[in-house]
Amino acid sequence: MSNSPDLATMTEARLETTASRLRELVSHLRQQRAQLREEWARLITENKLLTAMTKEEIFAEATSVYDNYVEALETGTYEALQAYARNLSERIIPRGVETHEVVGIVLLLRDVLARSLFAKYREDFNKLNRSLDAYEPAANRIAATVAVGFVQERERIIREQQEAIRELSTPVLQVRERLLILPIIGVIDPQRARQLTEQLLRGIRTNRAKVVVLDITGVPYIDSPVANHLVQTVEAARLLGATVIVTGLSPEIAQTIVNIGVDLGKMNTVGDLQGGIEEAERLLGYKVVPTQEPAAQPA
Amino acid sequence: MQVPILKQGAFLIATVQSALTDEDLKQLRDALVGQVSKVRARGVIVDVTALDVIDSFATRTLRDVAHMIRLRGAETVIVGIQPEVAFSMVKLGLTLEGVATSLDLEEGLAYLNRKGNGSNYEVRTHR
Repeated sequence: MSNSPDLATMTEARLETTASRLRELVSHLRQQRAQLREEWARLITENKLLTAMTKEEIFAEATSVYDNYVEALETGTYEALQAYARNLSERIIPRGVETHEVVGIVLLLRDVLARSLFAKYREDFNKLNRSLDAYEPAANRIAATVAVGFVQERERIIREQQEAIRELSTPVLQVRERLLILPIIGVIDPQRARQLTEQLLRGIRTNRAKVVVLDITGVPYIDSPVANHLVQTVEAARLLGATVIVTGLSPEIAQTIVNIGVDLGKMNTVGDLQGGIEEAERLLGYKVVPTQEPAAQPA
Repeated sequence: MQVPILKQGAFLIATVQSALTDEDLKQLRDALVGQVSKVRARGVIVDVTALDVIDSFATRTLRDVAHMIRLRGAETVIVGIQPEVAFSMVKLGLTLEGVATSLDLEEGLAYLNRKGNGSNYEVRTHR
């Protein structure tokens, strides 16, 4: 117990020297700001990073990254830098900036600054060593913060887009009382197939549908698991008391379905969407007849 | 848990209230097949809205009920299968082939009424 005050004082002293070295470092970096920033921007262009951005933009971003970097070194807190990294990522991701570029430029800055320390303390090796001791952990932490911020932002954008695509991918539309259509466009993967089933069965329930027209004109091909899934969906819909009419099967899809040996008696198929809707109307007892005179055209 | 069977006009309606054991299912089958001619029912509705799961034994029993009742001269319709239940049944290959199904009780009644009106054997009494 009696030793601990000494120990504490020593640790405190060491912390203090680290802090004072960082302070020295920061003031050095502030002094050399213009020159180091110039050097960094030059290296970025030389290494063909951030090619999606103009020279002026690179310089502007380099300036604010530099200042944030030095500030993080000075304060030892990373929140501001984190927020800046997120904000920067938000701006540059839509322009097609890649992860390796962001990591690359931050590492370049780290090296540029380290080099300037070498130049400054080349006379005194011990001082250089101590200075690097203070600089390196902080610099590495900054690099990690920026890189992680960028990747997180990217993942957030990807998640958002996936969500948007999912919502768009399977609309369930009511065209008449008790008649739904599900137009499907694009490749159906297993996850989308599951979602389609869910939407269709739920749609039948909420709209009290008797007939559903599943239009797959826009689907280029399907594999056998998905074909099987579709057939199962049709059967499940029947258990809910609804008839499914599948329309717009391409020759390739027809071949897949024949190859997997599905019992076609269970599937109700019509050539195109129009035919499918007409068949559905027949099943529901609708009869669409032209009125005596064509409706007046609005001027 | 016994399933109550109600007579409604020319139809028998059995509404399942909770999960059924195999024993309950057999009992339901016997009761329906027995009562159908006793009350001269034209159709039978089995409402399974309350069931969260319909296994292979239940599916087979329901199919048997439908076929036996047809032999006894009436129609059967199963109503109220939940979407999730329907899909898991199909996944297991349980498709209730040859058995009529409807969304709910109302639809089932409408189905049986349509069926009845189309029948050659029905004698209509005009009042």
